[in-house]
Amino acid sequence: MTGAGVSTVQVRLPVPLCTLLGLAERTQVLDVDGPVTQRSVLDALEARHPALVGTIRDRGGERRRRAFIRFFACEEDLSHTDPDDPLPDAVAEGREPYLVVGAMAGG
Amino acid sequence: MAGTRVLVGTRKGAFVLTSDERREEWQVDGPHFAGWEIYHLNGSPLDPDRLYASQSSGWFGQVVHRSDDGGRTWETVDNDFTYASQPGQHQWYDGTLRDWAFTRVWHLMPSRHDLDTVYAGIEDAALFRSTDGGRSWTELSALRDHRTAELWQPGAGGMCLHTIVEHPTDPDSMVVAISAAGAFRTSDGGASWTPINVGLRSGEIPDEDREVGHCVHKIARSSSDADVLYMQKHWDVMRSKDGGDTWHEISGDLPTDFGFCIDVHPHEPETVYVVPITSDSLHYPPDGRLRVYRSRTGGDTWEPLTEGLPQEHCYVDVLRDAMAVDTHESAGVYVGTTGGDVYASNDSGDTWAPIVRGLPAVCSVEVQTLP
Repeated sequence: MTGAGVSTVQVRLPVPLCTLLGLAERTQVLDVDGPVTQRSVLDALEARHPALVGTIRDRGGERRRRAFIRFFACEEDLSHTDPDDPLPDAVAEGREPYLVVGAMAGG
Repeated sequence: MAGTRVLVGTRKGAFVLTSDERREEWQVDGPHFAGWEIYHLNGSPLDPDRLYASQSSGWFGQVVHRSDDGGRTWETVDNDFTYASQPGQHQWYDGTLRDWAFTRVWHLMPSRHDLDTVYAGIEDAALFRSTDGGRSWTELSALRDHRTAELWQPGAGGMCLHTIVEHPTDPDSMVVAISAAGAFRTSDGGASWTPINVGLRSGEIPDEDREVGHCVHKIARSSSDADVLYMQKHWDVMRSKDGGDTWHEISGDLPTDFGFCIDVHPHEPETVYVVPITSDSLHYPPDGRLRVYRSRTGGDTWEPLTEGLPQEHCYVDVLRDAMAVDTHESAGVYVGTTGGDVYASNDSGDTWAPIVRGLPAVCSVEVQTLP
């Protein structure tokens, strides 16, 4: 598990957010400074793309996950885990993506 | 030759339609922001290349975009609509009280007095202003803090501030409307607000002529007489001759006075347009015939405009922001439907033609008369 220094991680975004940002590629490669957690990855993502502020997490001090957003990695649902817990090594080492997912809805 | 640009917000993206002054041949550009619900797309009266778009998503929340080149390119601007003071409570559908909470921006109104000033009407009802072209927003909180706010309640679409009507010459004077609270007016730049609902009667509230609680759907101001306002209420079409101090009903011989949109001819203050909708439970035109109604007498006496509009099997709605008028010498009138068609008339409503068909459901239509 990477705990210090800079880690290079992959984050996969849902299509509507790629449309918002004008991105052709859904997977973004980010440098994360320090421990690789959901919070640090999303902070780095929002720093790279300020237009995402408020679209994945709310704007309050705790930056809580929006209700219809889910976070997956390594075939696990991390949506309800502590955002400051370390992410799996495979994510921290850039071998597996961290997935931001719009919850399934509709018919 | 002057040009015409129609800005269309739909359930799944924005479209920009352009033509010349004849308004016979149209170019369709879009979708912009494909997949995003565009509640409103609007342009500055001072610089037609300055546009704003409100995207809203149940998943991803609120986004606001701005264009400085007439919609060719866009940049995201601020989407922080945090209430300026501690939100209180308002009525909920079941009569209980519910905390105020931001849901989305319904309406964007670039100021006619200052290029970088733009207003946003939001759900739950509040009015925000930006003076830096959308890069930051500040609530004009005296409206939400009004002594009557605890009596406001949501309409079927939510408790939204959907109408912002500036005064043509006084930048401190403005009328807004909220469903279901009613109309309010400020004359001091939003520091204080007065309910302007005298004359409204609503059977949906216990006291029919109460000060607030009315489901005003849309207000339009005459461009040639600032004191003349027209209103489409949940039921009833209304007119004020005194800037909103008092209202009187002008439904007259309309087939139904339920509807959402209303607008005024750009050169004739007595000429007004509505689209009658069957009822509050049947949101489509009577008899499946899409008819725009025009009064040339300030209301009461209305004529159906049908030439070029579908006159059978048409069960669409025209939402509150989906009617617009341009300012060409021969005035243009535009309506967009929940069936995804946008119809235009280049002769004040005498004849109509679809200028685009099969778009996603249309939420809003605005038009710019280009130099």
